[in-house]
Amino acid sequence: MNDLAFSQAPLVARIPLDALHRRLGARMVPFAGYDMPLHYAAGIVAEHLHTRAKAGLFDVSHMGQAILAGPGAARLLETLTPADLLELAPERTRYTQLLDESGGVLDDLMATRLPGRDERFFLVVNAATKRQDFLLIAHKLPQLALHVQEARAMLALQGPRAADALKGLLPGVDELSFMDWRAFDFEGAGVYVTRSGYTGEDGFEISLPAAIAEDFALRLLDHPDVAPIGLGARDSLRLEAGVCLYGHDLDATTDPVEAGLTFSIGKRRRIEGGFPGFARIRAALDQGPARLRVGLSPQGKAPVREGAPILSGDGREVGRVTSGGFSPSLARPIAMGYVERARAAPGTPLHTELRGKTVELIVTKLPFLPHRYVHLRKDRS
Amino acid sequence: MTSAYFTRDHEYVRVDGDIGVVGVTDYAQSQLGDIVFIELPQVGQRIAKGEQLATVESVKAASEVFSPVSGEVVEVNGAIDESPAIVNEDALGAGWFVKLRLSDADELAGLLDEAGYEAHVQSL
Repeated sequence: MNDLAFSQAPLVARIPLDALHRRLGARMVPFAGYDMPLHYAAGIVAEHLHTRAKAGLFDVSHMGQAILAGPGAARLLETLTPADLLELAPERTRYTQLLDESGGVLDDLMATRLPGRDERFFLVVNAATKRQDFLLIAHKLPQLALHVQEARAMLALQGPRAADALKGLLPGVDELSFMDWRAFDFEGAGVYVTRSGYTGEDGFEISLPAAIAEDFALRLLDHPDVAPIGLGARDSLRLEAGVCLYGHDLDATTDPVEAGLTFSIGKRRRIEGGFPGFARIRAALDQGPARLRVGLSPQGKAPVREGAPILSGDGREVGRVTSGGFSPSLARPIAMGYVERARAAPGTPLHTELRGKTVELIVTKLPFLPHRYVHLRKDRS
Repeated sequence: MTSAYFTRDHEYVRVDGDIGVVGVTDYAQSQLGDIVFIELPQVGQRIAKGEQLATVESVKAASEVFSPVSGEVVEVNGAIDESPAIVNEDALGAGWFVKLRLSDADELAGLLDEAGYEAHVQSL
């Protein structure tokens, strides 16, 4: 039996740190059914640069957390995703996607194999899709128990000073390598940490009981290098890092190969298949996808936003911008989008029309800024 | 002597003789957040009251700025073209957008004065 009990959520739900955000001067906006901090008094650009220089604390409690448990959990979860989960070692995390029958991406998520005798995975999914994700998993895998972690909050601490700040509260956390997971005892509470994030920086994603989240956040904010960061900077940071935002750069019309996520498809899975949409994904791997997600550098100062058509020299539409904005680190506009494969090589000149003017777009290698993940050893699987 | 007039959409015009200096208010810049690009009209362009005067791109989004009065653009602020953040720092002063030669001074009567605009912002 799956214990899927969703509360009757109000129109705009409050996250556990709602009061703290307001005290810190956040501008709150509705996002995925939650009132979320867009930015604090410092503003998006300052918050963005602070995260790159020191450490930023993000409240991502709106995201969905669940534990999937039962015999054969790895094998069964493989029937919904293209990741190699059989080979995933305990306390290791893998990025993957839930796929539909045509290989389209229903959501992207993190899956961690938990330690212990029982076969269990800890899943973190996107806020806007969590209900349908959990219903899908429960429906497709009725042999397993899906425990939605409604009473847990989630924080992300990102940036070059993140490890120093977090080890004060969780000694030993700096021993984790990129995509390692560990459960810590924090004053009697279970705190789960993965060394991962969504900014391209070193950092940690921290799952903790909602009841202690404010105290934990305040103690992190006591560190001189830690500042609160809103969703606005979260978006500009992930765009510089070349990371997909579900619902924008990824959706049911995109497959993981054209999205540039082939690294997340297990080598065994590429041969064996056994996941939804295998035929399309195998064909994309064999023949190359029809289109590819690329970075784009708009020439000039005007940002090019999501939805802008991408045109070739002869004025033909060869793609669409899926994310676009201003890069605080590079002090210029940047964007991502899908273009025909023949136009996807870095350096290819393309253009768009913006308010009646032509703006040149140069295809640019992703990420815009190098990732700074911390690999402390040659990673296990 | 100059006097300032405001719209409910947070544009201002500071009038000196037949020249109006147009920009967005401090409240507007605080709502827009970090401004990264401003598309200004050309000198010589004629703009009617309520027509689009400029586009302001903040980190978050693009917003349109409408002209509070009708007139001809006689000067654009090159400094904010170079450094849009000036608008965040000094919206009512150095962060002005354009100077217009007003074509209908009667339009000013339909705008808010400073006290009226302050009351409007307080009500938001």
